[in-house]
Amino acid sequence: MRLLLVLAFLVAALPLRAEEVIVGLSQNRVSLTVNFEGSEILIFGAVRRELALPDDSTLDVIVAIEGPPQQATIWRKARRAGIWVNTEGQEVRAAPSFYAVASTGPLSEILSAEADLTHRISTRLAIFEARGTADRTDPAAFTEALIRIREAEGLYQQREGTVDLQRDTLFSTRLTLPKTIVEGSYAARIFLVRDGEVIDEIETFIDVRKAVLERWLTNLAYDQPFLYGLLALFLAVFFGWGASALFRLLRN
Amino acid sequence: MQIYLPIAETSVNAFTLLGVGGGVGVLSGMFGVGGGFLITPLLFFIGVPPAVAVATGVNQVVASSISGVLAHLKRKTVDLRMGTVLLIGGLFGSLLGIWFFNLMSRLGQIDLIVQLSYVIFLGIIGGLMLQESLRALMRAKNPNAVRRKLHTHTWVHNLPLKMKFRTSGLYISVFPPLLVGVGVGILAAIMGVGGGFVLVPAMIYLLGMPTKVVIGTSLFQVTFVAAFTTMMHAVTNQSVDVMLAIFLILGGVIGAQVGTRLGVKLRAEQLRILLALLVLAVCGKIAFDLLWTPSELYSITVEGRF
Repeated sequence: MRLLLVLAFLVAALPLRAEEVIVGLSQNRVSLTVNFEGSEILIFGAVRRELALPDDSTLDVIVAIEGPPQQATIWRKARRAGIWVNTEGQEVRAAPSFYAVASTGPLSEILSAEADLTHRISTRLAIFEARGTADRTDPAAFTEALIRIREAEGLYQQREGTVDLQRDTLFSTRLTLPKTIVEGSYAARIFLVRDGEVIDEIETFIDVRKAVLERWLTNLAYDQPFLYGLLALFLAVFFGWGASALFRLLRN
Repeated sequence: MQIYLPIAETSVNAFTLLGVGGGVGVLSGMFGVGGGFLITPLLFFIGVPPAVAVATGVNQVVASSISGVLAHLKRKTVDLRMGTVLLIGGLFGSLLGIWFFNLMSRLGQIDLIVQLSYVIFLGIIGGLMLQESLRALMRAKNPNAVRRKLHTHTWVHNLPLKMKFRTSGLYISVFPPLLVGVGVGILAAIMGVGGGFVLVPAMIYLLGMPTKVVIGTSLFQVTFVAAFTTMMHAVTNQSVDVMLAIFLILGGVIGAQVGTRLGVKLRAEQLRILLALLVLAVCGKIAFDLLWTPSELYSITVEGRF
């Protein structure tokens, strides 16, 4: 009897999942075809609610899309003998090849620092620096440069206020994948936020793949480099010799 | 129309590519130059990663020189013996160049090395071409000017291990052609060029070969060294992009036909000044990028990407 009471108490104490997020994507496959120029993805969803809408706090939605991680080196140039040379390099253990965060409002206002740290939401937290950078006076400058360069290329995007949330229920946002994205599985994470805390989270994936011919060429280049080299030479000889033979025929 | 390059992993405008290939093709048809030394830097300017530009540029050289070498072989204007010695040196030089290229890639300095090589070589060729064509213009105006002696004996002719090159009518040491070959091979691997612009003057002035076999023999060496270098880049760093190559080659072969026609009609001597100025302009642009304080001091290299 006592045990039952304790159990009942525990169940009651468990936080009820008052609000739950449901999500959809306009496409969950992106094909890097011959004429790929980048792609726009619409992310939309709804908030499912079992209880009445709490009126003492506001609801916010954050959408984060993360491309496959890469190991990278960030170089800094300095002038040596008059020319600009890469003089210092800093390794990054893993940096997402693509990272976009869209939210209903400024991240610093809607999300607590602890929640950001736990869920690694802001761009800065998605990058893992290599160890052994302590000797450098300004390791942060390199990571900031990485973010700055990739933002300029559209590979990192911080889009605060671009998630449209209607009547605390329906939300949608559009994100652009630039033409330089790499292949792989892109994780789209959607967070519901109240009072700075994440109250629900859902993850879905976008598959970015090279199209058939591009896939075949890349595989050949990396798995059978000798055959790929022969193919490159065959094409060069075929077009180079073939074209001049054709022109000779046309002339006569 | 954008075209996605599977190895470079970016897309570029197809018409820009055809334009680069075609424009350089016209120049190569008009002046009989390979044009690799213009294609590779033009590819940097349109955003192709330097490593891919170099490896694909050298693949394009194979296409632009193959029909020339076949024509010269048919006309028997190739010194096969000299060509083979130059080729042996070239293959060795290409290996050296590839090794250095991959070492510099690992150290994050390859872009700098490629750019520096271009500044130096384009500066020298552009300057010499400009000087030569200005002198030719002067000579045309003043026919009494002194002509240079055609054949002179230099230290080159006193080295050991002499060999007979019957087609060229030479009896010289194998070391000078071997070394010339090595130099051309290194340039092919690092700069993505055929190297004819170094090889041809070296054959005439250093080795003293007769002009009638110079073009055929240099094409022979360049074609095989370029083919070998393409293979080495494909095998060691996977940076040859065939999609990019096809567009450059298509533009190039059509441009070369147009250029050959134009070259017959136009006064090439005066146009050569324009080519020299173009080469110097490309050199100047690369030099400017190295010397001017960049707007972004940082750059990123990604493991396994270019």
